Amino acid sequence: MSAEKKVAAYICKGCGLGERLDADALVNVAQKEGKVQLARSHDLLCSAEGVDLIKNDVANEGVTHIMIGACSRRAKTEAFYFPQNAVARANLREGVIWIRPDTEEARETTQEMAEDYIRMGCAEVKAMSAPAGNPNTGSARTLLVVGGGVSGMTAALEASRTGYPVVLVEKSGQLGGWAAKLWKRIPVHEPFKAPAGTGVADLVAQIQADPNIKVYLNATVTKTDGAPGRFEVQIATESGSVATEDIGAIIQATGSEPYDANKLPELGYGKSPDVVDQAGLEALARAANGGPILKPSDGKPVRSVAFVQCAGQRDADGQHLPYCSGYCCNASIKQAMYFKDGNPDIDTTILFTDLRTPGNGEDFYRSAQEKGVIFSKGKVASVSPGAGALTVNFHDLILDDKDAKLEVDLVVLATGQVPNSGVDIEALSKPPVEGEGGEATVEAKPISILNLQYRQGPDVPQLKWGFTDSHFICFPYETRRTGIYTVGPVRRPMDMAQAREDATGATLKAIQAIENAQLGRAAHPRSGDLSFPKVRLEGCTQCKRCTVECPFGAIDEDEKRFPLFNESRCRRCGTCMGACPVRVISFENYSVDTVGSQIKAVDIPDEFSEKPRILILACENDAYPALDMAGMQHNEYSAFVRIVPIRCLGSVNTIWITDALNAGYDGVMLMGCKHGENYQCHFVKGSELGRYRLSKIDDTLKNLNLETDRVRDLEVAITDIEHVPAMINQYAERIVEMGMSPFKSF
Amino acid sequence: MSANAQMVAKYKNNFLKEVQEQVEMGEWVKMCMQCGVCSGSCPTNFHPGWEHPPQEIFMMIRAGKREEVLTSPSMWMCTSCYNCIVRCPRKLPITHIMHGLANYAHRLGMAPKMQPTRHFAKLFWNNCVKTGRVNELKLSMGLYFKDGFGQGIKNGMAMKDVALGLLKAKRLNPFEMLGGHKCKDQNGIHAMLKKARELEEKRKAIKAAA
Repeated sequence: MSAEKKVAAYICKGCGLGERLDADALVNVAQKEGKVQLARSHDLLCSAEGVDLIKNDVANEGVTHIMIGACSRRAKTEAFYFPQNAVARANLREGVIWIRPDTEEARETTQEMAEDYIRMGCAEVKAMSAPAGNPNTGSARTLLVVGGGVSGMTAALEASRTGYPVVLVEKSGQLGGWAAKLWKRIPVHEPFKAPAGTGVADLVAQIQADPNIKVYLNATVTKTDGAPGRFEVQIATESGSVATEDIGAIIQATGSEPYDANKLPELGYGKSPDVVDQAGLEALARAANGGPILKPSDGKPVRSVAFVQCAGQRDADGQHLPYCSGYCCNASIKQAMYFKDGNPDIDTTILFTDLRTPGNGEDFYRSAQEKGVIFSKGKVASVSPGAGALTVNFHDLILDDKDAKLEVDLVVLATGQVPNSGVDIEALSKPPVEGEGGEATVEAKPISILNLQYRQGPDVPQLKWGFTDSHFICFPYETRRTGIYTVGPVRRPMDMAQAREDATGATLKAIQAIENAQLGRAAHPRSGDLSFPKVRLEGCTQCKRCTVECPFGAIDEDEKRFPLFNESRCRRCGTCMGACPVRVISFENYSVDTVGSQIKAVDIPDEFSEKPRILILACENDAYPALDMAGMQHNEYSAFVRIVPIRCLGSVNTIWITDALNAGYDGVMLMGCKHGENYQCHFVKGSELGRYRLSKIDDTLKNLNLETDRVRDLEVAITDIEHVPAMINQYAERIVEMGMSPFKSF
Repeated sequence: MSANAQMVAKYKNNFLKEVQEQVEMGEWVKMCMQCGVCSGSCPTNFHPGWEHPPQEIFMMIRAGKREEVLTSPSMWMCTSCYNCIVRCPRKLPITHIMHGLANYAHRLGMAPKMQPTRHFAKLFWNNCVKTGRVNELKLSMGLYFKDGFGQGIKNGMAMKDVALGLLKAKRLNPFEMLGGHKCKDQNGIHAMLKKARELEEKRKAIKAAA
């Protein structure tokens, strides 16, 4: 890159911009006020000719910084791709002409809007530099798979076939996990009518025959250090030997345990050996080896069996699992067939409240009905062991018979899945709360799985009920630790078919992570971003806010207690930048300065002009695309707003708001994603952290003697295309009501 | 041994099996998935005579409630509108199963004695097979007097205006009371029906004995 900074501004006249706006005036603004060395307009900037114009200036005129005044930064990204240069975009199309009426009266305010965006673009680009890329890359290409069950084995095989070496760590002495303990599995192929072989032996054989997969049995991960592309993992085996492996990305496939049926004494578990859980029945079926299944109590063949669905699941009282494990209905159908396929005279009754058979389970269910399995809709109250038989007492929900009874030889409880997700790091950081009912539903397992050497804790953060999902809507395999993916029932309850699909998907994500880490690029949602946080350590006060708040655990502390950035763990959300009270964290193309200078570049009319100015800081993931789409649909909104895209609400530094109010803006709108329970934030915690910080803004406003309504925090989803212009217009009316900001004359 | 006692002895407590083997279309009962669409679709649903909607009848069969199902007037209330068949996601021939159950209860002598649908069906059949043609006057008179002589007169008086109207329009001939018109070969019809009954009895006997 040339040492000298040369800024050029380009104004496009295509897509109606030339007719609606005075392009010469815009060029003039860029030169006079934007103070760029070169400013040009073009009839159609995104055409080959237009792009060549820019390329030519870069090559022959020494242009280093490019400001393009055309369409939204989300459009024409391929045409306007100049990786060697700092590029800013002024959104004149979606942000100005498409949201303003094409009338003579509106012409003046529309032109003012466009001129401000040119000023802002010029100011922004000057504060930027072209991202040079993360220097701290790693080149390890090996994938670590933790857990040798169906999910883990599938992931290992998929990665190996794609050409990546795999290290597979299994805690027990053999591969196969829970699936190896099954007699048969739920069918995954047409015609979905009968239980099928588990296929585990075949998977194990494939793993053993694969020279690309290194298997550690009886082994655990005792230490995981580093970042994607350069993880250093210590694996300890039972014999005491410790191996160290260089790992590029990690797949955690640690699966689940059945919910402990001992917590269900009312259903007879532990009181009679003839009450078993689903795993217990699999053991009986394996022992029978195709012959009649025998009662554990007296060894006689079972003549009648009842399956109790949702045993200890979907419990609203907070005593047992609150969720549905999703696979147990199909599993009970499969187990009923173990009996019916051997002897159709055995009475098999499945007692359910809602039968849920996802996938092709509906065909399987129908097949069971054809085989004579009886399905009764009823809620089981208790199972009482009697002489020779068990009595199932249930409330028949169809006949509304509260005292319905069923005498059977064997009862099978469908108890569901509890994830093996290691240590709940959020519970670790919180002080223990006494006497809170909800806490006890899922107990955190005290043993860490990955033993991450991250400041934020040794395991992957959990989302809900111990499951490790992070962004279930957009990025199902992602955890909040870059380069670490969880698959199978540790992520959410699922069956084998789903787990295999999951493993395949996550393996591809892990491979992407390995490749991105090598190139120093970000993983999603800013895929390919070469910028990374830089810190000016001499200004750092060691307040630790960045290390605590980073949603991805990317920041550790060095021995002098300064923040230590692990760039390849970073998702580039900028939450650290928003958190930093002394503003020493920045990105090459996004910083306190790039946004701050845009805010200051806007021309603020005096208080008698009747032209208020409203600053909108809009999240680039949801709010900004919603605004763009509002433009595409020509949903008009106020000409008084000036919109600045931000990476996340979490990256908003409160100085921007203070600066805006001091500069004489009449209002500030913050548009971010939903946070909390059903959050939509692409960075999981970003919008939540941002909002928490902004909740303190009221005090600032009071100190400035301003109305609290001068700053508004709004939740905007990508679908709010109709709604967001209405929000803007309402707020603009409210500003007119409140009157102009008293800070204008300063 | 009565037909009923015979079946009780044969199937003991397994009523579902009995229905599967003895009732016309009974083999479909196990395929019901209890969604309740049939009950929601039934136009007689709000009639007080409809004790148990089809979904519930199926569940009662599975729960072994033999006496309750067979003595129930519910399946006699079916109007054969076929809404349930059209809508059943599992494609159960519900209307036919209802008729099958009603017929089975009738054969075992367990159907409710004076249930109006059953009463009418019997009247119609007897009326029709006598001469080979339905005598409408006798049929409606038979229905009027279902619940005794006094009630019959009352029913007749209530319908008097309709009857006079029909008379005027030449739609009702009072002389039909004296025998009415018949088909040509009455003996032939009787022989045909006799043969048909013989065949059916034989078929049912084989089923019952199997």
